[in-house]
Amino acid sequence: MRSFQYSRPSSLTAAAGEMGGLLAQDPDAPAAYLAGGTTLLDLMKLDVARPERVIDLSALRGELGHVHPGATELRLGAFARMAEVAAHPGVIADYPVIAQSLALAASAQLRNMASLGGNVLQRTRCSYFRDPSWAACNKRTPGSGCAALGGVNRAHAVLGTSEHCIATYPGDFAQALLALDATLVLAGPQGSRTLPFGSLHQLPAATPHRETTLLPGELITEFVIPARAWTRRSLYLKVRDRESYEFAVASAAVALDLDGDVVREARIALGGVATIPWRAHGAEDALRGLTLTETLAWTAAENAFAAARPQTHNAFKIDLGQAALMRALLQAASLEIRP
Amino acid sequence: MDTEKHDTTAPSSNRRRFLVGSALSGTVPFLPHEAEARAPLAARPPGDAAPGFALHVNAHVYQVALDPRTTLLDALREHLDLTGVKKGCDHGQCGACTVLVEGRRELSCLSLAASMQGREVTTIEGLATPDGRLHPMQQAFMNHDAFQCGYCTPGQILSAIGCIREGHAGTPVDIREYMSGNLCRCAAYPNIVAAIEQARDQGEG
Ligand SMILES: Cc1cc2nc3c(=O)[nH]c(=O)nc-3n(C[C@H](O)[C@H](O)[C@H](O)COP(=O)(O)OP(=O)(O)OC[C@H]3O[C@@H](n4cnc5c(N)ncnc54)[C@H](O)[C@@H]3O)c2cc1C
Ligand code: SF4
Ligand code: FES
Ligand code: FES
Repeated sequence: MRSFQYSRPSSLTAAAGEMGGLLAQDPDAPAAYLAGGTTLLDLMKLDVARPERVIDLSALRGELGHVHPGATELRLGAFARMAEVAAHPGVIADYPVIAQSLALAASAQLRNMASLGGNVLQRTRCSYFRDPSWAACNKRTPGSGCAALGGVNRAHAVLGTSEHCIATYPGDFAQALLALDATLVLAGPQGSRTLPFGSLHQLPAATPHRETTLLPGELITEFVIPARAWTRRSLYLKVRDRESYEFAVASAAVALDLDGDVVREARIALGGVATIPWRAHGAEDALRGLTLTETLAWTAAENAFAAARPQTHNAFKIDLGQAALMRALLQAASLEIRP
Repeated sequence: MDTEKHDTTAPSSNRRRFLVGSALSGTVPFLPHEAEARAPLAARPPGDAAPGFALHVNAHVYQVALDPRTTLLDALREHLDLTGVKKGCDHGQCGACTVLVEGRRELSCLSLAASMQGREVTTIEGLATPDGRLHPMQQAFMNHDAFQCGYCTPGQILSAIGCIREGHAGTPVDIREYMSGNLCRCAAYPNIVAAIEQARDQGEG
């Protein structure tokens, strides 16, 4: 790991102020926020992340670590631990897809350390990105090429790829947030604002090194998840290479509002198969107003992957992703929802 | 040695003592920055001495002065001589480095020692009573032969204590799921599950 300066501000205002000061001196200041550290320290040890200044936000857990499930919305502090949210009875009962996406991620130890904010900002597990001895990686070194395109790409994405990057977005929680139309509350040197969660991640296109629309030094402070008619009939289905402690090969976050067997509204987001958390609007449209049968679920699943572009080793993700979505939809439809 | 150990119950007169002289010992030397086009961050003070801080481990307070890069794992093993905690992967992928932080299981390889200021850390050395009586989880691992080489064992035991405290040890299926963050290359898994069930039934966690 390279040398860095360390600080641990005691409040949000102090943290944003510190970062603001550094950016005022140098708009490209190599400074990074540290929350649970489970992405950042990993990448610093690999020499992929090279901050010269680390601003440790762990003292903000008191200020922004809340878990407030309410009747109209769920508010989650960005520094709440994954484990706390996954185990919260109010989240499990009324926002099941949120609890499940967190419970099925990483390991118990990592979930005790990792923050929600850090989770949605975790970096890809593309093995070429994580190993600087591979010179070609547009995400790590803009303009250098992409070693995965002609390399081993079994784990890579089939949706949202570009000729510059095919790296999979690895997280789980983000799909739940996307399916439930969550909003982010942000704070930073330039002030506060809100952002629809679906506008956070950017497609790789020609600039895979730019992953989010956060402004320089901006912090996620809170997640706000509205309670809607489909929120309780929601679930997260995750398919992995091993049963636990593994990233998704394919996953689906689904939420349904049913009138008998007829779909009034559907929300679908896919993980493990796309370069960013992937909302399947087409599949949602295919379901709306129709009776949910196996055939209809399959039609929706085919629709979700209509634009998929397989690489040398990952065509199986299309079949697997479709099957996962189909199963998730049928499982969600069969849930007993208490009034 | 760059650390001093104090009993938490002892008078605090010398708690603030620490030896800055060897502040950077035992860790990777500073590497020159690549691409030196950029001036180092302006706020860096000349000399850049690492500030000292207190680490609370196994009910003792250690005053340390460490390079900010030092992980909790390296601080425990290399600076505090608490070598019960093991380094497997150093990247969060195996669980060998598991310790309890404020009673919760965490990975010491992905934490900075500096982030631990004001937080109580428990390692395998802190489990037995002062007169040497093993923690019931340690005893259960012995009773069930829940290890072969033993390398993963300190992490397994601390993780198992966390697993019971979290209420995730109700069934063997739950135990396997919630212990999945601790790999065992000797595959002592069935015995580990049996040991955890024994400790759970004794009301331990
Ligand atoms: C072995 C292993 C297995 C894993 N498996 C899974 C899995 O199956 N599913 C899954 O979803 N994840 C998995 N993860 C990833 C893990 O969940 C993330 O590393 C973790 O959630 C990141 O949170 P953190 O608080 O530790 O972030 P940090 O590492 O502290 O930060 C991550 C990034 O976010 C930035 N950041 C952090 N907080 C904020 C904030 N509030 N505002 C702005 N920027 C911020 C940091 O600057 C940094 O760039 C795994 C990780 C490991 C090591
Ligand atoms: S897929 Fe993206 S992250 Fe992986 S090597 Fe190519 S450019 Fe880099
Ligand atoms: S050494 Fe920390 S998880 Fe492997
Ligand atoms: S006992 Fe050998 S690794 Fe677990």
